[in-house]
Amino acid sequence: MSVDAHTVRQIAHLARIAVADDEVERLQGEINAVLAFVEQLQEVNVDGVEPMTSVTPMKLKQRGDVVTDGGIADDIVKNAPATEDNFFLVPKVVE
Amino acid sequence: MAAPDKPSKLVKGASGDWEVVIGMEVHAQVASHAKLFSGASTEFGGAPNAHVSLVDAAMPGMLPVINAECVRQAVRTGLGLNAKINFKSVFDRKNYFYPDLPQGYQISQYKSPVVGEGEVAVDMPHGETIKIGIERLHLEQDAGKLLHDRHPSMSYVDLNRSGVALMEIVSKPDLRSSDEAKAYMSKLRTIMRYLGTCDGDMEKGSLRADVNVSVRRPGAPLGTRCEIKNVNSIRFVGQAVDYEVRRQIKILEDGGKIEQETRLFDSDKGETRAMRNKEEAHDYRYFPDPDLLPLEFDAAYVEYLKSGLPELPDEKKVRFTRDFGLSAYDADVLVSERALADYFEAVAKGRDAKAAANWVINELTGRLNKEGKDFAASPVSTAQLGAVLDLIGEGVISGKIAKDVFEIVWNEGGDPRAIVEARGLKQVTDVGAIEKMVDDIIAKNPDKVEQAKANEKLLGWFVGQVMKASGGKANPQTVNELLKKKLKA
Repeated sequence: MSVDAHTVRQIAHLARIAVADDEVERLQGEINAVLAFVEQLQEVNVDGVEPMTSVTPMKLKQRGDVVTDGGIADDIVKNAPATEDNFFLVPKVVE
Repeated sequence: MAAPDKPSKLVKGASGDWEVVIGMEVHAQVASHAKLFSGASTEFGGAPNAHVSLVDAAMPGMLPVINAECVRQAVRTGLGLNAKINFKSVFDRKNYFYPDLPQGYQISQYKSPVVGEGEVAVDMPHGETIKIGIERLHLEQDAGKLLHDRHPSMSYVDLNRSGVALMEIVSKPDLRSSDEAKAYMSKLRTIMRYLGTCDGDMEKGSLRADVNVSVRRPGAPLGTRCEIKNVNSIRFVGQAVDYEVRRQIKILEDGGKIEQETRLFDSDKGETRAMRNKEEAHDYRYFPDPDLLPLEFDAAYVEYLKSGLPELPDEKKVRFTRDFGLSAYDADVLVSERALADYFEAVAKGRDAKAAANWVINELTGRLNKEGKDFAASPVSTAQLGAVLDLIGEGVISGKIAKDVFEIVWNEGGDPRAIVEARGLKQVTDVGAIEKMVDDIIAKNPDKVEQAKANEKLLGWFVGQVMKASGGKANPQTVNELLKKKLKA
């Protein structure tokens, strides 16, 4: 499996990362190198092997239904380029 | 018994009948205090970004920790939908870019949802019960809220909803009309309100639906579907489906083709419209969230939750028709809300259940609806309504006077028995006193007496006159008997 230049641009767009035209070829090569490595891994027979989700024998940690956080709107918006009344302001998006 | 006439579900087009196929994805907000993966409050209507933790705002390095209560509620809902519970499920990242989603991905469940296939029975008004398949139920995060009307060139972002737990309940494409779609959504709402897993408050957005609609010739393969996003009331689901069906039939009958697309429902105009950006087909690039281990629990946990489930509407309906002898219709109305069913049972206990059902459905519910109140806020308690029924049962007051007593209790409160006593509303059962009134009326209307001898129907007129003369307090049965005897003579 490999990706073409169009797919590279598409992935960059979905992630909202600006990729200049002269960068596409290099990125395409890097992504295809990763994919080639994955292809090698796929040669290993993993029949009957459970997908490993953690390297330590841990269970998903859960917490109780208690409100322990929030009330920090000033902090939440502190780094935002534009705010008003503790709202974030972003360039208008209407669908 | 002959089955009631089943209205045709097919829609007539200019060139013949069409069958409608609908599948729904209902998003129900989980009833919990804190969010799915953070300790911020889920309370509705806070100040902007007040119920937001650093996790919800997707600050670097923050890690999600799952709220056990949200898992419990999802499993209980699954049990209420007669669905398979998966002891192991996985959270995935659904990647897309939008300002209401600070993480750049929604944590959802894709390949391995917590709840699998199930089935819901939906009673239709004409007496048919339809079975709607459930494909799955999964847990996911809600997004934030955008306000577009505050500024000419900026959108305002409030993340209070961001990270609130939602259950997405996906149906199979088993629905065949807008009425079925509405009835299905309202049944889901009823089940979840019984379980206490979602408050079902549409005005606060606790229940929204994405509705997939397609049409086909009866028996033909499935047509191309359109998805109507984010419909936020049961009534709008009906309107959106009806509009969309007409639109698709028109296109097809004019020789066109349905484009698979996402549409929105404009409730002001009552129409669906294509959303922009449709050329950019969504590619969510799902993958397992590396921040979260699989969600696992055992059969004992599920059994424990199962044993704690309340009686659900279907079982309650069966019990009401069986033990109380109610009609299917009355039982349906009563079980539609748990509070209503509980109220009815308290009133019916040890009394004439059919009379109790009539009073609860007609008088009380009618009155509550008129004033926009719900059962929790009923000014008439179960004990008070019960006392009114007792007074009728004992023959102390007539059904008509009972309505007046009900009205007094509604407005002023108090013990119905004491009210009847204090205001002299007791029914006159003294035959001598009633006979006197009857004789009076007969004496005053000799012409009508003559007519009544020929036409029995005039009896009713005499009953009315006597009841009026007694201020509604004469025992109607005694009046009837006396009149019959005297007018025949």
